[in-house]
Amino acid sequence: MKADLRGAVVPLGLLLLAEAGMRLNQVQSDALARPSEVGLALWQALLDGSLWLSSGQTLGAALAGLGLGGGLGLLLGLWFGLSRAAAQASSLSVELLRPVPSVALIPLSMLVFGFGFRMEIAVVAFTCFWPMLLLSQAAIRQVEPRLLEVARMLGFNPWDRVAKIVLPAALPRIFVAFRLSVGIALVVGVTVEIAANPQGLGYALMSAQQSLRPDLMFALLLWLGLLGWALSAGLLVLQQRWFRHSLPDAAGDRP
Amino acid sequence: MNPKLLMRGLDAATSLLVTLGLLGLWWLATRQEWVSAIFLPGPQATWGALREGLLQGELLRLTLGTVERMAYGWALASAIGIALGALIGISPALRAWLQPMLELIRPLPASAVVPVAIALIGLSPAMVLIVIAFGAVWPVLLATVHGFASIEPRLHEVSRVLRLSPLAFIFKIGLPNALPDALAGMRISLTVSLILAIVGEMLASQEGLGQAILLAARSFRSAELFAGVALLGLIGFVSNALLSWAEHRVLRWKQP
Repeated sequence: MKADLRGAVVPLGLLLLAEAGMRLNQVQSDALARPSEVGLALWQALLDGSLWLSSGQTLGAALAGLGLGGGLGLLLGLWFGLSRAAAQASSLSVELLRPVPSVALIPLSMLVFGFGFRMEIAVVAFTCFWPMLLLSQAAIRQVEPRLLEVARMLGFNPWDRVAKIVLPAALPRIFVAFRLSVGIALVVGVTVEIAANPQGLGYALMSAQQSLRPDLMFALLLWLGLLGWALSAGLLVLQQRWFRHSLPDAAGDRP
Repeated sequence: MNPKLLMRGLDAATSLLVTLGLLGLWWLATRQEWVSAIFLPGPQATWGALREGLLQGELLRLTLGTVERMAYGWALASAIGIALGALIGISPALRAWLQPMLELIRPLPASAVVPVAIALIGLSPAMVLIVIAFGAVWPVLLATVHGFASIEPRLHEVSRVLRLSPLAFIFKIGLPNALPDALAGMRISLTVSLILAIVGEMLASQEGLGQAILLAARSFRSAELFAGVALLGLIGFVSNALLSWAEHRVLRWKQP
């Protein structure tokens, strides 16, 4: 408990210092805002509903992209994890396609879909595809081989083997992959909005800057930080509650 | 012939065949016009744009611009990350004071600081560089802190017995111990650097592939767009391969 308090001192102290310094020097700026003004702007944006709307757009696109790309990645990851031949045959293609930076696809997606949800979903889906593919493949590889022997002894057909042995055994690690991908999806979604797509939190952030509202800009940044933190903390709590026994060393806690 | 070697050759051949098959599918898709050529140029058109751009020197210049930006930002982020990480990591007290704040800032999308940087610095090459460095510093910083925090406690005792100064401790015991963590962090920040270099070029209109592909998309020059995307993929691939080769060499003493 003591460590928690010490961790809060520095950020709060910095905020107080900024507030006091700007009040004393009568700062009027298009780029900076007093922390109290930032807090007020955040409160107003929460009240008038604009923040909820843009958060909904960002989260909706990020989660839809994760569902599409992550789902495909999971399916392929299952296949590659079960069949070494398939993994080997696809390895060169994966190695060639994976390093394509996600943001490089923004112009392409814009060209194909125009602005809106679909272009953002496409970019997020491409990005989330790879970590889900590779991590779920690794998750299946780490399934205890003796479990597979048991399945063979019991004469399971391939479908039962996957549904009753492989998936339950790999689930904790797949959940870790999902948790990491949620963070990636949010980051990529916001990036797409900042770079091109006129909707959601990223665009709100850009337009707050362009309309010289530093208070709103910092409020949105703060909100984005809180959102990202709450998502990852919430998923971490779920992971510890559901899979505490199967992930004793908190594997994959650090991306 | 060695059967193991034969197996490996066979594996590589299948892998290559699958890739060629995908390329063939791409060719077929454009040839049969399943997808309009405005959106999806064929492999030959992309190759043509790539060749022409590289031969004329235009694409080469843009590529070098992006690589330079990425490399400078990454180097800056690595230097700051390792130095700060060493300072924070060496002292448990400092860790307790600062680490919660660092953990709070980390999940923030790095691109979200772009508007702030534009407001504070303006649309300049320096702004892009600072955004790259800011975004890419976290993986290195946190990994280095972790590397320092996980130093074997007996090594602390050894350094006390040898009366090492804090600086000597950092260079002789701390950094070599934190190196594997720091290198892993640097690998992540390399990817982040490339992404932020592209975003920065798009937003601040700095010369580079990021801006070039955006302009190509706006004027429906899809072959050039694909050539740019392919080059960006190549940059990602080559830089990652170089770093993992360097990582392997530097960490050779760690392997049994």
